[in-house]
Amino acid sequence: MSVELKMAWRNIWRNSRRTLLTIAAIAFASMLLVFMLSFQLGCYETMINTSVKISTGHLQVQAKGYLEDKKMRLVIKDPDQVASVLETIDGIDSYTFRANGFSLVSSDKRTYGVVVTGIDPEREAAVSTIKSLIRKGRYLNADDTYAVLIGEHLSRNLKVDIDDELTILGQGRDGSIAAAVLTVTGIFDSGLDEFDRNIILMGLAGFQEVFSMGKSVHEAIIMADSLRDVAMVKQEIQNHFSTAGDDTKLAVPDWMEIMPGLLQGIQMDLFSGIMMYIILIVVVAFSIFNTFLMAIFERTREFGVMMAIGTTPSRITKLVMFESICMTLVGILLGILGGSLITLYFQKYGISIAGTEDIFKEYGIPDRLYPRLSLISSTAGPLVVFLITFVSSVFPALKIRKLKPVDAMKTV
Amino acid sequence: MYVILAWRNIWRNPRRTFVILMAVIIGVWSMIFLGALMRGMEREMLKNAISTLTGSIQIHHRDYLDDPVVNNSLDNIGRLDTALDKILGQDSLWAKRVRVNAVVSNARHSGGVTLVGIEPEKEKAVSFIGKAVTQGRYLVKEDKNKILVGRAFLKKFNTKIGNKLIFMSQGTDNEIASKAFRIVGVFRAESEAVEKRFAFVPLPQAAGMLKMGNSISEISILLPELDISGKKEALVAKKLVAALDDITIDDKTITVETWQDLLPMMKAYLEMSGFFLYIWYFVVFVAMGFGIVNTTLMAIFERMREFGLMKALGMRPVQIIIGVITESFFLLVLGISLGTGFGFLSVAAIARNGIDLSALAAGAEMWGIPRKLYPEIWAQDVVVAGLVVLVLGIFVSLYPAVKAARFTPTQAMTKN
Repeated sequence: MSVELKMAWRNIWRNSRRTLLTIAAIAFASMLLVFMLSFQLGCYETMINTSVKISTGHLQVQAKGYLEDKKMRLVIKDPDQVASVLETIDGIDSYTFRANGFSLVSSDKRTYGVVVTGIDPEREAAVSTIKSLIRKGRYLNADDTYAVLIGEHLSRNLKVDIDDELTILGQGRDGSIAAAVLTVTGIFDSGLDEFDRNIILMGLAGFQEVFSMGKSVHEAIIMADSLRDVAMVKQEIQNHFSTAGDDTKLAVPDWMEIMPGLLQGIQMDLFSGIMMYIILIVVVAFSIFNTFLMAIFERTREFGVMMAIGTTPSRITKLVMFESICMTLVGILLGILGGSLITLYFQKYGISIAGTEDIFKEYGIPDRLYPRLSLISSTAGPLVVFLITFVSSVFPALKIRKLKPVDAMKTV
Repeated sequence: MYVILAWRNIWRNPRRTFVILMAVIIGVWSMIFLGALMRGMEREMLKNAISTLTGSIQIHHRDYLDDPVVNNSLDNIGRLDTALDKILGQDSLWAKRVRVNAVVSNARHSGGVTLVGIEPEKEKAVSFIGKAVTQGRYLVKEDKNKILVGRAFLKKFNTKIGNKLIFMSQGTDNEIASKAFRIVGVFRAESEAVEKRFAFVPLPQAAGMLKMGNSISEISILLPELDISGKKEALVAKKLVAALDDITIDDKTITVETWQDLLPMMKAYLEMSGFFLYIWYFVVFVAMGFGIVNTTLMAIFERMREFGLMKALGMRPVQIIIGVITESFFLLVLGISLGTGFGFLSVAAIARNGIDLSALAAGAEMWGIPRKLYPEIWAQDVVVAGLVVLVLGIFVSLYPAVKAARFTPTQAMTKN
């Protein structure tokens, strides 16, 4: 340990109250940053997972162009072949197939336009949360051909209940008229109004029959093992398709492409969060800058003596810088520790914010939020605090160079 | 005496005073500035939401919001007209609409939209659509079979101005009514969802197609002033309810809703963000508080001799505490005023041109955040920021003050 470092360490404990207060300020800021960033990232992950589970999946396989136009005739002709590809890839938790068609749905009294989605009941239950969202009646069985699940909101608007009949009237894949009478077996409530109002679900086999789809489907919905595996899985599927020569026909959009608004919303929120953090860090930096500045004023005499006995100004500057680095390091380490502990606690038990359920519902967030500690969230904030406090200690330290030993020793 | 003493004391060492002042100024400035940005954002978000066919206040048939079909319409329009004119004044802004879910199709596509029948002249002043037409032209009252659609809709349906669209919906007779419209204009909105969702036709055309006679779906009223807390709107709504009860309604089939009822999400968001702002004020204060305590404490120790001497001269500890607190009070008040001043200046500088957020436009769409942001200062926020800093500032300087009062004369005067 160099002499400067040793001196610096001892110096900062000469006035332990001041040091502790400074360290506390730094630790407070770091702690807050660790927690808030973890909280934000945790919310995003919850939001993404909730949204992908209700409808879109982490990624999908579709015919090229289907994502933009949703045209009936853009289909995956051979779902079995896609399935055989998906079976070989690691990192896929589950997958299912769906087909969609726009149609008029009428009850005795009312008519609305909705999207009819054909689902494979068993596979769907593993991929999406729809089975758990059934509030009344029951979920679809594998052999339910002409049964339908509708949203709670739509059921009220159509004035139908369990076991009532609905007529759908739309256009099949070949342009023919697609019409059928379906029985309501279940009513779901996803919490997302748009979804509850605009989508009804029926068995895939029934859908393919009614809409003249043959064996074809529109989407393969894939859930990866975790959000972090999405990019890898996407790449692998694409590789398979390009070796098989299917890449001209099939596309593999991930959740960011399927829901661009969600990603940009997250970026937007992160941006405004960062603005707030910067303001906080600036305030902390000033409060630390003040402390350093005052400490230097107070110790003018001491520096004068040191210079008089031959210490070079640069060495004193170095000493002062070491002091501030020591304090900052202790501060941010305590901050990271404290912040991580708080985060871990809430990661386990969750946070519920009173009065926000409605907003969370709108974006499909569950009413309890869980922060998520990660390497980035635990170090990014404190690192910035370290840099800023370092910079804010440079200016007071440089003042030392201007000191003249004689004048300095005269100050009390 | 405390006042004069304290005032002179803080200027005995201007350098130290400036250091503490700086901390307070930066803290207060950041509170005011952040608050102004947030309030500006809130207002723009609310403005967007209100101009997207919501209005300050709406009047509907009692069952319309839950079950938006043509059967749940407002009749007795003439008497409603008179009532509104009487309460809102002749030059108030409001418009009637027919609004119904419909299925639209052309040769290749079909989809669901909300068909809105509007009074072109009046609607212009009430909602966004009047200024939103970017191609073709806006509607006029006499238009027959003409329709305005959104830009995103045009793309989705792969069609263009001059082409035909077929609309189908349920009429008052419960039969499917259908009608062809020709696109005359294309509008842009803050979000693609709005562009895809709404299609506008003249009101008589929509009412005719749906066999509604003279009835309408809703009346949307735009008050001259927008109140984020919703109190003004609630007041007007209350007057309307009373008046409508009097003259038109026999069977209580009419409801009056303010934007707070119509946009519960927006209401909750505004309340929550106001709450978070004040939490944030507290957090900023804590960050700043460490600096205040530290510098004040150091100043106290520097002045140990002085306090010892005063005690030796017979000053009681309480008097010393009051003295130190008075000094802090002056510093805080000075810092708060300067910080607020800088806050006003910086906000004024930005407010002239606004902050452009269009780089984040797609995200902004989903979150209903505007493309351009004009910060605005609220008296309430300034007062809260000032009070937080002043009250808590005095509270934390109690610690150094008590320290100063505890110095014994001998201990203090033997220092150095």
